[in-house]
Amino acid sequence: MMKNIPISAAIGLFFTVLYFVVAFAAPLIAPYGMAEVVGDVWEPSSAEHLLGTDNIGRDLLTRMIYGGRTTIFIAAAATILSFVTGTSLGLLAAVLGGWADQVLSRTVDLIMSIPTLILSLVILAIVPVTIPILILVMGLLDATRPYRLSRSVAVDINVMDYVEAAKLRGEGRVWIIFREILPNALSPLVAELGLRFIFMVLFISTLSFLGLGVQPPLADWGGIVKENKDGIVYGIGAALYPAVAIATLAISVNLVADWVLNRTTSLKGGRG
Amino acid sequence: MHPIIKLVSQRLALGLLLLFGASALIFGLTEALPGDAAQAVLGQSATPEALANLREEMGLNRPALTRYFEWLGGIVQGDLGQSLTNKLDIAESIGKRLGNTLFLASVAAVVSVPLAIFLGLLAVQYRNRWPDKLISAITLTTVSIPEFLIGYVLVYFISVKLGWFSSLAMINDTMSFGQKLYAVALPAFVLTLVVLAQMMRMTRAAILNLMQSAYIETAELKGLTTFQVIARHAFPNAISPIVNVVMLNLAYLVVGVVVVEVVFVYPGMGQYLVDSVTKRDVPVVLACGVVFAAVYIGLNMVADIVSILANPRLRHPK
Amino acid sequence: MNEQLTHMTKEVTAGKLTRREFMGKAAALGVSAALASTMFADAARAAGPKKGGDFKMGMSSGESTNSLDPASYASPVPAMNGRLFGDTLVEVTPDGSIEPRLAESVEGSADAKVWTFKLRPGVEFHNGKTMTSEDVLKTMERHSNEDSKSGALGIMKGIESMKADGEYFQVTLAEANADLPYLMSDYHLIVQPDGGMENPGDGVGTGPYKLETNEPGVRHLFSKFENHWSDEGHYDSVENIVINDATARMAALQSGQVHMANRVEPKVADLLGRAPNLTVESTPGRGHYVFIMHCDTAPFDSNELRMALKYAINREEMVDKILRGYGSLGNDMPINVSYPLFDTSIPQREFDLEKAKEHYQKSGHDGSPIILRTADGAFPGAVDAAALFQQSAAQAGIPLEIKREPNDGYWSEVWNVQPFCASYWSGRPVQDQMYGTAYLSTADWNDTRFKVEEFDALLLQARAELDPEKRKELYSKMGYMVRDTGGLICPMFNDFIDGISTQVAGWVTDPNGELMNQYIARKTWFA
Repeated sequence: MMKNIPISAAIGLFFTVLYFVVAFAAPLIAPYGMAEVVGDVWEPSSAEHLLGTDNIGRDLLTRMIYGGRTTIFIAAAATILSFVTGTSLGLLAAVLGGWADQVLSRTVDLIMSIPTLILSLVILAIVPVTIPILILVMGLLDATRPYRLSRSVAVDINVMDYVEAAKLRGEGRVWIIFREILPNALSPLVAELGLRFIFMVLFISTLSFLGLGVQPPLADWGGIVKENKDGIVYGIGAALYPAVAIATLAISVNLVADWVLNRTTSLKGGRG
Repeated sequence: MHPIIKLVSQRLALGLLLLFGASALIFGLTEALPGDAAQAVLGQSATPEALANLREEMGLNRPALTRYFEWLGGIVQGDLGQSLTNKLDIAESIGKRLGNTLFLASVAAVVSVPLAIFLGLLAVQYRNRWPDKLISAITLTTVSIPEFLIGYVLVYFISVKLGWFSSLAMINDTMSFGQKLYAVALPAFVLTLVVLAQMMRMTRAAILNLMQSAYIETAELKGLTTFQVIARHAFPNAISPIVNVVMLNLAYLVVGVVVVEVVFVYPGMGQYLVDSVTKRDVPVVLACGVVFAAVYIGLNMVADIVSILANPRLRHPK
Repeated sequence: MNEQLTHMTKEVTAGKLTRREFMGKAAALGVSAALASTMFADAARAAGPKKGGDFKMGMSSGESTNSLDPASYASPVPAMNGRLFGDTLVEVTPDGSIEPRLAESVEGSADAKVWTFKLRPGVEFHNGKTMTSEDVLKTMERHSNEDSKSGALGIMKGIESMKADGEYFQVTLAEANADLPYLMSDYHLIVQPDGGMENPGDGVGTGPYKLETNEPGVRHLFSKFENHWSDEGHYDSVENIVINDATARMAALQSGQVHMANRVEPKVADLLGRAPNLTVESTPGRGHYVFIMHCDTAPFDSNELRMALKYAINREEMVDKILRGYGSLGNDMPINVSYPLFDTSIPQREFDLEKAKEHYQKSGHDGSPIILRTADGAFPGAVDAAALFQQSAAQAGIPLEIKREPNDGYWSEVWNVQPFCASYWSGRPVQDQMYGTAYLSTADWNDTRFKVEEFDALLLQARAELDPEKRKELYSKMGYMVRDTGGLICPMFNDFIDGISTQVAGWVTDPNGELMNQYIARKTWFA
């Protein structure tokens, strides 16, 4: 199985694993302390500071390593929360239909009808901003998207002949969800999963941009972009490193998602 | 088509109910925010007397429910009321801003939606070959970079260095349509990049999913070209998830562009809403919130109806 | 003077030499940049103002909730609107004295309790009416009566009665105040027809520009008012454009879409100054970036702990990293050399880890983390400054924990509520007003909870004292008290940094506020 791994997926897998390993081992590999001021403001890269220094003279590489840890942890946790909640409720709504579907779908509509950014801005102004609360708010507000997608896909599948057949056979709902609907709904869902992870990374960046992200001196990649963004219009690249990191992580995760997508479809017995 | 009309009217009634729910939710949340409009307006220079006087004038001393129902009473008669903070007529202020927001959103949508679907179809046709991978890589990159960064980089190269486009996307009534288009070119471009990927990927995934089906194989065996297969057989059946994602992204273009508005100094609704939340200007927050909710609910309704129309099995429920 | 230099200044006056060319040539002749800059400004002024042109300003800090009502001004954009369409009775000049404006002269009684303003005759409002002392009286009443919601209410408190009498407007105080004219220069106190009682937000005043378009949070457009009373206001139109995002503001300035921008971030000021068509004007002022502790709340009720924190902050590093040198060292008191009657002999507090440790030991603090609240909006770089403070305090063994609060609600929920937070003071024209606003026991904005009877007594004594030497002595004593026992940690005074296009002539450095105390659109012109 691993032998057939295409080159693009291999690259994606390599970077994804690399980023996750770096995130876990951050304190071991970071050359300096996370909040330690080691030089002047926006020094260019040198032997001591491979990526130079940031807007108050901290080592940028160190900030990036710790920032990656924060970003990956929060985004991954929020994505999982969002996906598990959203997909299970969505499939449930599609299968149950009727009253339960109406209640769930309208609640989701209600939450989605208020712009997510505004909603999180207001909620985070009411409750204290800690990492668990960030994950919770991001994950639950975002669960509306997987909910809608999984429901709309599942509703389509739910009226397919093979599902009708299963129902006539007298199979239980759980069986239908897991054996008939989920496998057939998997490819759009997996495609969405990769994107949701990126959106979470961007979401936490945007929150940091608005001053509601993680507590300093901790920073996520988006926060580092923000701290250094003023340099951009003068050609200082400090803000570009975390942006490149976000982009490469996102692309890698999605290359892996694409590969998984292909494998699941081939598992279904179609033409690979 | 009888059931469809019934469905639409049901959806409309539900939409109104949702609007009501959204306004109540927004009101509740803004009330739960610490501080009030009087404090926010006076800011650091607030003295207790000035605060008390301003609260009195803004009518903040009355119970929250009274204020909410007064607002509701007004809106039923089509009166959005007056801003607490600057005393301007809300309907007039929102009208201008909403016009601007819709203008930017339409420009971005007109470019991005056909482009996304086209690229999605192209990716399916050249599945797993270099055009597919290239499209994938480019759209993934654009969606992965924070939009403010794309904005700043564009501003740096295109406005500051080259001077081709203005970095201030300020538009007003005295400008011609062409001038307006020119002014919003950069923000519309950024928004296009932001929404392109999700729509394109969904198109690709949904159609690929269908390409496994038996009837597609049959069509292929009949000797149709890949393009004909996609256009005639796969696409119509993939419409439901695609329309869903397109509507979500259209809604995003209207309600989610605060950051782009900030970067390009665009006088849209997002900034207006954020300012009003910050200043606890509740009537304006409610008005903006309801407009956003209406846009979202409306687009969703369209998505649902299109899904139902597109799927014969849903069209004729047993 | 060098002949060549004289010739160059003449060329400038004749409009043949740009600022950039002049500065370059002057530098070649060995003239310092500061001197050359002054010489250029003098020469350009000698040429006299040119009329005409559309002046565009890129301004930070405006919201869609802003009103034109002067009572509501609390940020630069609305305050700038006020400057464009309105006037105050008097103004503080760059050298710190009082300049009459709508008043022709000001006179105080011998006991400094009764102040009489003789009004300028024939001043016309934009609505065609002529200003009377009744208009002035009603304006002042609107800012001080019992249902006032004015930002100036605090400074109007000491007024016992006011009256209008022909061309005179008279203020009687409950207690003597030698600085009353300074209070009347407050930017909220714009004279409006009928005091703005009926329609305070209509933007009608006596200023050189009258309102054309009012789009709060977007732009405010003004055009020249032909019947304005002074010789100010050289542009045909002035547009006050709201650009809150710093990067967007700088981009607009660099690409020539606006002629000036306020609040240039210190870290980009040098980079911006390299652009060929721009100058960066840095003006030392009275604004200070601070960390404030409540003297009456544990653990800050211990002066030992307060002193420990004051010694544990590295002021040089702050000025260096947060202000990039565009500012000066603070000395744990709200007063600096920009104030009249400042005692320059008060020694500078140094960064001293040994003393910090010593005081920290003596305070007997239990070692639990001390929470320092901050927000991006507290002052530019406040979160970074807190991070630096945390680092230097850690070296002295003092554990600080930073808590970043949302900008939204910071001034109502954190500042003046929480015992230890970052804050910003813009300063006041005179020491009396600064101390009276924030250090008097009974002051509403006593944000350090500094309540010392002896200090209050000194303040009142100084207020009534007409002899400058004696006043200076009193202020010096008060300065020492705040510095050594107060709850203020003042690491730095910030400069105002404005970016101006080289097309704009007539710049004058004014420590009273950014953008020539916001008179830029009135006092400059296109070269």
